[in-house]
Amino acid sequence: MIKIDHLVKNYGKNRAVDDISFEIGRGEIVGFLGKNGAGKSTTMNILTGYLSSTLGTVEIDGINVLDDPKAAKKKIGYLPEQPPLYLDMTVEEYLSFGYDLKGCELNKAKHLEEICEVVGISDVYSRVIKNLSKGYRQRVGIAQALIGNPPIIIFDEPTVGLDPKQVIEVRNLIRTLGRDHTVILSTHILSEVQAVCDRIIIINKGKIVADEKTENINRAVQSGRRFNVKICGPQREVLAMLRERPGVVYAEALSERDGEAYSYAVESAPGVDIRKGLFFALAERGWAMIGLEGAGMNIEDIFISIVDQSEKKKNKYEKKRTRKKAVTRNSRELEIADAIIKKNEEDKQ
Amino acid sequence: MTAIYKKELRSYFINPIGYVFVGVFLTVAALLCTYTTLKSASYNTSAYFSFLIMSFIILIPLLTMKLFSEEKKLRTEQLILTSPVSITATVLGKFFAAFTVFVGSLLVSCVNFIPLYAIAIRERAGQSYSALHIGPVTSEIIGSLIGIILIGAAFIAIGMFISSLTEDQLAAAIGTIAVILFMVIMGLVNTMTDASGNPIISSYAVRFVIDWISVLSRFYNFGYGIFDFSALLYYFSLCAVFVFLTVRVYDRRRWN
Repeated sequence: MIKIDHLVKNYGKNRAVDDISFEIGRGEIVGFLGKNGAGKSTTMNILTGYLSSTLGTVEIDGINVLDDPKAAKKKIGYLPEQPPLYLDMTVEEYLSFGYDLKGCELNKAKHLEEICEVVGISDVYSRVIKNLSKGYRQRVGIAQALIGNPPIIIFDEPTVGLDPKQVIEVRNLIRTLGRDHTVILSTHILSEVQAVCDRIIIINKGKIVADEKTENINRAVQSGRRFNVKICGPQREVLAMLRERPGVVYAEALSERDGEAYSYAVESAPGVDIRKGLFFALAERGWAMIGLEGAGMNIEDIFISIVDQSEKKKNKYEKKRTRKKAVTRNSRELEIADAIIKKNEEDKQ
Repeated sequence: MTAIYKKELRSYFINPIGYVFVGVFLTVAALLCTYTTLKSASYNTSAYFSFLIMSFIILIPLLTMKLFSEEKKLRTEQLILTSPVSITATVLGKFFAAFTVFVGSLLVSCVNFIPLYAIAIRERAGQSYSALHIGPVTSEIIGSLIGIILIGAAFIAIGMFISSLTEDQLAAAIGTIAVILFMVIMGLVNTMTDASGNPIISSYAVRFVIDWISVLSRFYNFGYGIFDFSALLYYFSLCAVFVFLTVRVYDRRRWN
């Protein structure tokens, strides 16, 4: 559906997008992740024909954007970072203008009514956009992207500024759209990508550093064996004991305190279950274990690790330093990040 | 193109700016007409049209200042540029919307001539001889109107181009005023003479060059009721150049 081949974009001497290539199939929901200024919006703007690339080609459904921009643009609905709203128009006027602009050939009144129904703006249909709240404005922007039923829909940070309920609604909407549209979603909210997307592309400094199915990342995250344990007993000694236990990779005292009990974070080596042994060992010493819960690994940490790793590759000294720090802190995240980056590089070759 | 045209036209009249333009235009035209013809007991409309062109220095920027600068500021240009519409069609749509408001106001302002004709009819009725020469000269009025429409179109194209350069409406307006003022003043300087009747710019070459940017000098033939094709071509190419430049501004931005 979308094919990007060795895309490069320079702003003067600044390289915003640096040799990006990927393909997105029909009906995929792809999350585009990256820090601010990583090149997400630039890539999207090139995809939608707002900007031109310096090098490389973009094909939308087999049509080269440069050869036939009109036909390519017709296949894309786009919600930019800041919704392009004419504040002095009513929602009705605005959508009607969008409809004319895109040269659609559907039944106008019916089509717009359907879109408003889907996005949930029917009750503000005749109001002036200037007077709408941020959430409604965002939805009007989404409605605009849906006009003409384009097969590809691109959202640039669609949930920014929405309240939690609206965020959930928009996510559900995106998931619904994903059933019969190809959706690209740019965001820096990781849980959003995790919740909505089939595939995650992480870009940093204009380069793709990871391109992975969401379920693979989820699986990697869940395979981590990390626990939060609450133990009654002297903190220093308990910690020393935890660190000496076989199968424990890493233990750390947390700042939480519950009466005479302290909390600890413990991580076991892969494939080892330390819980039972730990329980009896503690009981032997007369320290009661009063709480044990699995602490999932954080996708945010993995993301940060991936981005850090990809940056540090260029800088040996930095790499060493963070490694040292990371081993004690987020060893598993780092491992996963490493694996994902490595796989991405192999795919490239 | 029609979608953009309709939207622009509508936006003039859901905002105060369209009403301000039409209101000020009609008021200024009516005042000018009163003072140059009725008050000075003259059927000659050439002064009226000359002053009207002067008023365009302020009036045209009202129409053109927001054409592109506002889109840029509100980021709505992203919607237009990612829609299946070419940049040329967008620019032309906006140009014709402003042009329509301008020509519409100009045509409405033609009611100013009704009193002239009414007075002429009464004056003729009192004469015993054939008095057809009394009254305003219709061919001059029509010629001047055509000339003014062409000048207005050229000014609109210039204003639109300047609007595409900035995202600040005020800067666009001031820039347009400056450019139009410059063009008008250069035309006047070119025709000025000193006490002994020699042009104050003595070099023929300089006058020839200035003549190129003087939109006014080509207008005078229309005022005599002469339809000047070279002038038509001049104004038309002025429009075309600035429409083209506006398209280039947008195209270039995409590549930078």
